[in-house]
Amino acid sequence: MAERPLSPHLQVYRFGYTMSLSILHRITGVALGCALIGLTGWLMAAAGGPSSYAQATRVLRAWPSRVLCALALIALCYHFCNGLRHLVWDMGYGFERREARRSAALMLVAALAAALACVVALLYGAARP
Amino acid sequence: MSLRSPLARVLYHGAARDGVGHWWVQRVTAVALAPLALWLTVSLLVLPDGYAAVSAWIGAGVHPVLLSLTVLLAIWHSWLGLQVVIEDYVHGFLVKTGSLLLSSCVHGLLAASALYAVLRIALKAAA
Repeated sequence: MAERPLSPHLQVYRFGYTMSLSILHRITGVALGCALIGLTGWLMAAAGGPSSYAQATRVLRAWPSRVLCALALIALCYHFCNGLRHLVWDMGYGFERREARRSAALMLVAALAAALACVVALLYGAARP
Repeated sequence: MSLRSPLARVLYHGAARDGVGHWWVQRVTAVALAPLALWLTVSLLVLPDGYAAVSAWIGAGVHPVLLSLTVLLAIWHSWLGLQVVIEDYVHGFLVKTGSLLLSSCVHGLLAASALYAVLRIALKAAA
């Protein structure tokens, strides 16, 4: 079969920042899939008993793990807020360019505020890793 | 009465009778995950550290049920989402099929492990 062009033809569109928000939804989704491996590992460690949990805590206290936890929380806040935006679209609302841009701004503000709250809670909260 | 020719029927041409199933399940899990993910994130962030506190929290009341539900729905949602991402960006039959199978294996393994872990902690707490 001949090589036919595949959609999406990204090169034919003028770049708009809503495009990067859209691809960021997929990137954060894949990142959260990886975070589920970490969450399951943590649950398995807790199921293993005090010694395996203590080992998991040691791993979680290392700086790379802290950074990964913070990144996972930020990804979660973004994917959550933008996901609500997608659900509104799925119900048939908010497709006009002006509406889509306004919901993008609203979503970014909400996601940033939530991410900030999560990271502060992670650093200073009861569960300090 | 079917309008499809006998040849088309034996060759499996035509609709797969799946329709919007994939799209719909992705949305249903998303709607269910919205409150559950919020609950789990806030709970984990305020949960005191230490094995005793963590295992007691996981085993307490309805927590094991909600926790299993949240993790399983998240894994299901992730499985469907990653499938679409692989189908969109990974080309070539072997690499694409291999990636899809690998994703299915990892998600299946995660679901079984997470469920086993939650049950084990909860049953230990109940004993």
